[in-house]
Amino acid sequence: MAPMLEQTEAVTAGPVPDPMLPVPYRIQRVKQETGDTFTLEILPEDPSQGFTFAPGQFNMLYVFGVGEVPISISSDPGNVPLLKHTTRVVGTVTKAMRQLKRGEVMGIRGPFGSHWPVEEATGRDVVIVAGGIGLAPLRPALYRLMAERSKFRRIVLLYGTRTPEDMLYRHELERWRGKFDLEIQVTVDRAASTWRGNVGVVTTMIGRAPFDPSNTLAMLCGPEIMMRFTVMELLKRGVAAECVYLSAERNMKCGIGFCGHCQYGPTFVCKDGPVFALPSIAAILGKSEI
Amino acid sequence: MKVPTQRAKTAEPSHVGDSFVVEREHLEQLLQALVSRSYELVGPTLRDGAIVYDHLTSTADLPSGWTDEQAGGKYRLQRRQDQALFGYAVGPHSWKKFLFPPQQRLWQAARNGKGLQILPAEEQAEPKYAFFGVRACELHAIAIQDKVYLEGQFVDPGYKARRENLFVVAVNCGQAGGTCFCASMNTGPKATSGFDLALTELLQDGRHCFVVEVGSVRGAEILSAVPHQPASDADRQQAERILDHTARHMGRQLDTLGIKELLYRNYEHPRWDDVTQRCLTCANCTIVCPTCFCTTVEDVTDLTGEHAERWRRWDSCFTVDFSYIHGGSVRATPRSRYRQWMTHKLATWIDQFGVSGCVGCGRCITWCPVGIDITVEAGAIRASDSIKAPPDQSKDSP
Repeated sequence: MAPMLEQTEAVTAGPVPDPMLPVPYRIQRVKQETGDTFTLEILPEDPSQGFTFAPGQFNMLYVFGVGEVPISISSDPGNVPLLKHTTRVVGTVTKAMRQLKRGEVMGIRGPFGSHWPVEEATGRDVVIVAGGIGLAPLRPALYRLMAERSKFRRIVLLYGTRTPEDMLYRHELERWRGKFDLEIQVTVDRAASTWRGNVGVVTTMIGRAPFDPSNTLAMLCGPEIMMRFTVMELLKRGVAAECVYLSAERNMKCGIGFCGHCQYGPTFVCKDGPVFALPSIAAILGKSEI
Repeated sequence: MKVPTQRAKTAEPSHVGDSFVVEREHLEQLLQALVSRSYELVGPTLRDGAIVYDHLTSTADLPSGWTDEQAGGKYRLQRRQDQALFGYAVGPHSWKKFLFPPQQRLWQAARNGKGLQILPAEEQAEPKYAFFGVRACELHAIAIQDKVYLEGQFVDPGYKARRENLFVVAVNCGQAGGTCFCASMNTGPKATSGFDLALTELLQDGRHCFVVEVGSVRGAEILSAVPHQPASDADRQQAERILDHTARHMGRQLDTLGIKELLYRNYEHPRWDDVTQRCLTCANCTIVCPTCFCTTVEDVTDLTGEHAERWRRWDSCFTVDFSYIHGGSVRATPRSRYRQWMTHKLATWIDQFGVSGCVGCGRCITWCPVGIDITVEAGAIRASDSIKAPPDQSKDSP
C-alpha cells in the first residue's frame, strides 16, 4: 500500500485527486426490469471521460440532493463507458433514483472494490449461483464468459427468485441458453400452477447440477443465508473452498475505506470485497451480526 | 556529545536527536516562534471543568498548576502543589478534531436544468497547525489515522494537506492518569517518533525547565529562536527517571499477548451479554477515541432545491443506523455493536492496518458514563477463554 502513496505523490506532485467527488453522468434510459427492479443506463457527460471496470465492481451513485448508494455495475465491461446499474427500490435514494428520467444527470464515483476471478476460470467449469437481484453483479461476469466462451468448459447458472416474474434479464439469458453457451436452472419460491419449473431454494439444485467439482470455479451472489447454504452444498460436492467466490453487501458511505461502515470482520467490503474468496471470510460467514 | 560546563544562552546549531534544556521563562518564546511562523497554535487549556485542546495565544493559556483525577466514568480537575504546565493526563478531546474535523463540507452541487455541476469544497488553504503538548499515545493515534487516510489506495486530500502542514510539540508524560495503559500498548509514555520537538517537564528544587529533544530539522529551526542550552547528563537522567516512574504507575493494564486470536475465537463469549447489560450505546467511547475514524455523510439542499451540499461528519458504530442495509441493520443488538467496537479496536484493526487500534489513552474508560473498561472486558474474556491457545511446542509442558 505504501508504494502506491509514493507513486501518487510522484505523479501528481501537489494536490491529490479527491476520491469523494462524483462525476456527472447523463441517463440514457430507465428500464423497468421487474415489479420492483429497474436499470439505469448512463453515459459520462464529458465524452473524454474514460471508464473501465472489472466484473463484480461497484459504483457510488449520487442523486442530486438526496444521497449516494453503492450499486454494482451490471453491464458489459466490453461496452464502456456506457454503464448499467440494476437495482431494487428499497430506500430513499433508490426510490428517488427510480423517479429520474432520461436526460437527467446523476453523479458517479468508481469503480470500487474487488472483482470476479473470470480469468481464473479458464479451462474449468463455472457455476454461477444467484439469488434475486444478486444476478445483477454477476451479469458482467456472464458477459465476459460469453465473450470468450471457448476458453471455459461448462457454464451453469443456478438462479433462484421469489416468483417467475422476478427473473432478471430474461431475454438475454434465453438467448445465451438458445446458443447452448449457458445451462440455466431456475427455481422460484412460489409460482402459479402454470409454472412448470422448480419450486424451492436454489441450494437444492447444486447436488445435481452438471459440473465437475474437481475442476470448477463457483461465483455466488444473493442473500447471506442463501450463500451460506450454497457454500455448504458446494463443499459437500467436493468443490475446493478456494474455488468459491462470493459477493458481500454492507452499508457504505464512501466506497474507499474511509467511513468504516462496511466492515465485515477484519475486512472492508468496499476495498477487500465485495467479491471475496471463501477462505478469506470462512471464519465469519454465517456468524450473526458481524 | 560532550556537555559544556558553561551555559550558553543560544547553543550551537541543534541536530535531530539532540537534547537541550529550555527554562520555564523561555517557553513563551517557543510558542511565539511558532506563532510568528504563522502556525495556528493549539494545545491544552482549561474549559468547562476539563482540560481540552483549543487555541493558545501564550503559555498563560496552559493549565498551569492543574491536574486531573480519572477513573471509570469519572473525570475531576484538581489543583497541584506546583505550577507544572503538563501535570495531567489526556482529556476528552483528541487532536483528530483538528486533522479530521467532526464536520466537513466535501463538495457542493448545482443543478442547471437537467444538468448537474459538482463543485469541490471552497478553495481555501488548509490550516497550518502547531500542536503543543501531544502525548506519546496521541502521536501513535495520529500515525494510525495516517494509515487510514494516507497510506491506503485512496488519499484524503484535506487530511493530507493538514497533516503535511503540521508542527508537533510532543510532551512526555510526567505522570500516568488513572485510566492510562500506554505501557501495555507500547505507545508511551515517551514520545519516540512523529514529533518536531519533544518536551519533558522538570520541576525540582525550585527549578522549572524542559528537556527538549529535537525530532526534525523544522524542530531544530524553531528551537534556534528560543534560548536553550545542551542538556546535561543529570537533566537527561532526571527526565528518564520521570518517564520510568510514569511507566510503572499506569492506572490500567492490558495483556495484549495473542489478543487478536483471543477475540476472534470468542465472538460468542458470554461476556458480550454481560457488557450489554451495562452499555448504553451512547457512542461516547468512539467520539473521545483518538483513532476512531468512522464517518457518515449528509446531503442537504437549500430552499430553491437548486443547490446541494454533501457533508461528512463523525459517526459511531454504536448507532443502529450504522450498519443499516435494506431490510434492517446488520448489528441490531447492543451486544453486537459493543463487540464490533472492541473487536475492531483490539483485533480486526491489526489485520486491517498492521497495528492495534488502541493506544491505551484510557479516554473510553474515563468518558464512558457507566465506566465500562476495555481492559476489564478484554481481561474477563481472557480469564474465561474456553478455547485455550494452541500449546507452545517449544516448551516442555504437558
